[in-house]
Amino acid sequence: MPDSSTTRLVITGVGTVTNIGPDAASTWESMREGRSGISKIEGVEFDRFGQHTWRVGIAGQIKGWDPCEQGGFDRRDLRRFDRCTMLGLSAAAQAVADSGIDFEREDPDRCGVIVGSGIGGIGTIEEMLMVLIERGPDRISPHTVPRLMVNATAGNVSIRYGLRGPSSAHATACASSGHAFGDAMNYLRKGEADVMIVGGCEAAVTPLCIGAFSTMRALSSRNDDPERASRPFDKLRDGFVLAEGAGFFVVETLEHARARGATIYAELMGYGNSSDAAHITAPDEQGRGASSSMKKAMADGGLNLEDIAYINAHGTSTPIGDDAEVAAVISVFGDHARKSAGGKLLMSSTKSMHGHALGASGAIEMLACVNAVRTGVIPPTINLDHPEEGFDIDLVPHEARERPVRYAMNNTFGFGGHNVTLIVGRYTD
Amino acid sequence: MTESEIEAKVIDIVCKQMGADGAEVSRETRFDEDLKADSLDQVELMMDFEDAFNTSISDEDAEQIKTVGNAIEFISKNNGSAG
Repeated sequence: MPDSSTTRLVITGVGTVTNIGPDAASTWESMREGRSGISKIEGVEFDRFGQHTWRVGIAGQIKGWDPCEQGGFDRRDLRRFDRCTMLGLSAAAQAVADSGIDFEREDPDRCGVIVGSGIGGIGTIEEMLMVLIERGPDRISPHTVPRLMVNATAGNVSIRYGLRGPSSAHATACASSGHAFGDAMNYLRKGEADVMIVGGCEAAVTPLCIGAFSTMRALSSRNDDPERASRPFDKLRDGFVLAEGAGFFVVETLEHARARGATIYAELMGYGNSSDAAHITAPDEQGRGASSSMKKAMADGGLNLEDIAYINAHGTSTPIGDDAEVAAVISVFGDHARKSAGGKLLMSSTKSMHGHALGASGAIEMLACVNAVRTGVIPPTINLDHPEEGFDIDLVPHEARERPVRYAMNNTFGFGGHNVTLIVGRYTD
Repeated sequence: MTESEIEAKVIDIVCKQMGADGAEVSRETRFDEDLKADSLDQVELMMDFEDAFNTSISDEDAEQIKTVGNAIEFISKNNGSAG
């Protein structure tokens, strides 16, 4: 039996499809350069309701990404997959190609896939509801259920690569892909798998979701200035910007990666999760749940708080969410986080650039953490013109920073009060 | 609509839905073995034929429609209303 306390886990493949780049290399370049992917909402599904006033008219749609042209899907696939699954399969294909793994040479029973998605195939639900209303129950596509189900991407990834080990889906709102990583780490540490594809995908820039998050007053309504709308930690922040996207990774045991001569990008060190047990959408003001998940992740990785050089914040740009996260980070890290005390910790929110892709956000932001430890470049928080008073942390405003990062932390917090923290480290023998 | 018009339209629908090349689809083409259409694809194909030809295909009839040729024959016989 492998000893789970000493089983080292590594990331050997990365893939993303985001509104700041169609693949991981271009997405990372945009993160380094501080480019925004937020724009005015476009789409026939919105035009249908054009007679209504939309309080929110901006989002992080992935424009110029055609599922057939860029994603390699055919017309038959368009009927079988929701956009959420197409983004996920496309990111997964990048990660698999990047890792160089050939699943035909692997023991299929020891390979699996875990995918996080907060909402799943909501575009399909909305489309088919219109069909039901306008044309009746007999015209609903027979592909509706396998398109809309939140586990559709996990199932399709396992089918595409013939993975017969553990496969599952997590739907814990914005913490979904954090839990996907944690679940995969557990299977690998317990010795139940050698290789896991892990990721998150979301395609919820739809009329129902924009309308529903909007009436919650969760979204920014800075409609006339989309690229400035997502401004985490800034005094003038007025809500998050809904985005779509996917991030996928190949994670394996170090032993397995070495045996196949894989390129290792980073080591997956720690996983912590907790629950607020307070309110279904509002975070605990003191950030107690968030503090707990950060502490658990460090304990899991055998790390001290001074070891953490960078935090990729959940930082959605909502007034109360950012307050709670800053409070939690300061309560956990103390003077290591306090800028006024000469603290060395850097924290940024890349959501300032790509917006909030809900269940996929943790996976997309894992790209920032992996590259921070690999390259020593910390992506910025753009639009942070007037940092909120009392946010006594170096929040890396405007421009990327160069600094060696041994360990980076990735926070994801979801509606429902779900908190997940992951830690990656620079790989050394 | 003549049978050859029906044939062209059926083949067009089959190609669009199954992502097939028109040159490879003939009356002999089988939905399951040749086009790898699963049960859901086949239900959807019947729905597309119903819409395109303004006809109705019962589940019992659909069970007998296994090839492109079967579909053309069924539609030709039941195409009174589509003109």
